[in-house]
Amino acid sequence: MTKIGVLALQGAVSEHADMLRRLGVDVCDVLDPNDLDGLDGLVLPGGESTAVGKLLDFYQLLEPIREMGRKGFPIFGTCTGLILLSKHINGSEQLRLGLMDTFVERNAFGRQLASFEANMPIDVLGETPFPTVFIRAPYIDKIEGEARSLLELDGKILMVEQGNLLATAFHPELTDDTRVHEYFLQKVNVYKKREIVVGR
Amino acid sequence: MAENIEKSTGTFKVKAGLAEMLKGGVIMDVVNPEQAKIAEDAGAVAVMALERVPSDIRKEGGVARMSDPEMIIGIQNAVTIPVMAKARIGHIVEARVLEALDIDYIDESEVLTPADNKYHIFKNDFKVPFVCGARNLGEALRRIGEGAAMIRTKGEAGTGDVVEAVKHIRQVNEDIQRVVEASDMELMTIAKELGAPYELVKQVKELKRLPVVNFAAGGIATPADAALMMTLGCDGVFVGSGIFKSSNPAKRAKAIVQATAHYSDYQLVAEVSKGLGDAMRGQSVAQMEETDKIAGRGW
Repeated sequence: MTKIGVLALQGAVSEHADMLRRLGVDVCDVLDPNDLDGLDGLVLPGGESTAVGKLLDFYQLLEPIREMGRKGFPIFGTCTGLILLSKHINGSEQLRLGLMDTFVERNAFGRQLASFEANMPIDVLGETPFPTVFIRAPYIDKIEGEARSLLELDGKILMVEQGNLLATAFHPELTDDTRVHEYFLQKVNVYKKREIVVGR
Repeated sequence: MAENIEKSTGTFKVKAGLAEMLKGGVIMDVVNPEQAKIAEDAGAVAVMALERVPSDIRKEGGVARMSDPEMIIGIQNAVTIPVMAKARIGHIVEARVLEALDIDYIDESEVLTPADNKYHIFKNDFKVPFVCGARNLGEALRRIGEGAAMIRTKGEAGTGDVVEAVKHIRQVNEDIQRVVEASDMELMTIAKELGAPYELVKQVKELKRLPVVNFAAGGIATPADAALMMTLGCDGVFVGSGIFKSSNPAKRAKAIVQATAHYSDYQLVAEVSKGLGDAMRGQSVAQMEETDKIAGRGW
């Protein structure tokens, strides 16, 4: 059975766990490095990125997750997760994993009053628009290297992938629509198959 | 590329959603930009901007009102984490002023002197989200019925005594248990007894919990206090006077953040509790006059 970890230091952890369980995968909380053993993928939920970055460092999770991500381990970040995955955080030195070739702008739409919901077409998820929820959300203003935009609105990139890595500026875990999580699980399945070929 | 997208702001989903993002975190009372920076550096998920922390409001007396907008703006400019601020119970205009300041969350708070002794703000009318205090399920559901997107226990603010916060979360939990175990036939009578909207009582039965995030507040002063409230089922904690009335605020703030994130790792709670200096002196609730208690404010 596929086993996915959800980083459980702070933020919307249970929402991701519930959605993954609905998709029939085994889910566990990741609180320290031992919890990373035996996982097929990891979700970095929404929260406060400065707080989560500090806690990742404190619990010595930053380096092991970064190393796994570099080696092809699938990681999916939402909102704060997107910020943590980005190599470049505009105007900030805050701690991060820095795995994706993305330039991210924090709180980019403004404060809470600018938080919004909208139905957006996302090609890789099929024809039905996806019910996006943005909360004090970041966006990506520039990508380079291997990063590929999956959703763009008014010059702002809102969903991006780079090989084994997937990130959204919005919160699919706050909706009933499982398609973004399913898309991530496709990456997980590719990763699992490759492991078998390597024959560990 | 997406085009002509219609955006909806101020929906209940985005209001309650911000509270979801704060789960497992600590929200700290701060009275100036310097304290706000200390809170952010310690890993706070949000700050509550106010002129006087509850223990000073207790000590100094007088009417406690919404903070000076200039001071709130100073704090908004100092940090990137969400900034909350308090409005008096029922004070629609203080709330509108805070909304105009682009505040991230309003606490319609019993810590301030109530402006209306009969009604709370109808929070559904606002685009900005509200958090409100509660001592039991009925009070929590009345506030949610009015539009609150987040609940906190009231505890007894400014005392540094956790006993009331414990009492309130235990009461909420007991009330939820009762609703969950009740048959459909019993629900209306329970709703009547709790003084809670029937539809929300039904929702609690389905969800087996409050329909919104529930933080602890009122009397939390140590990392162990914070971990205790998490153990009792709170989603996160507010710390008011407990941090900046202690002898080493930066260290204590960080320790409380770490204990909240890892509340069931007692080795860690022990480790972070070492050498924090003096906690706020505080005041035992059991020795207080009833008239000095503020948790009773709210209707």
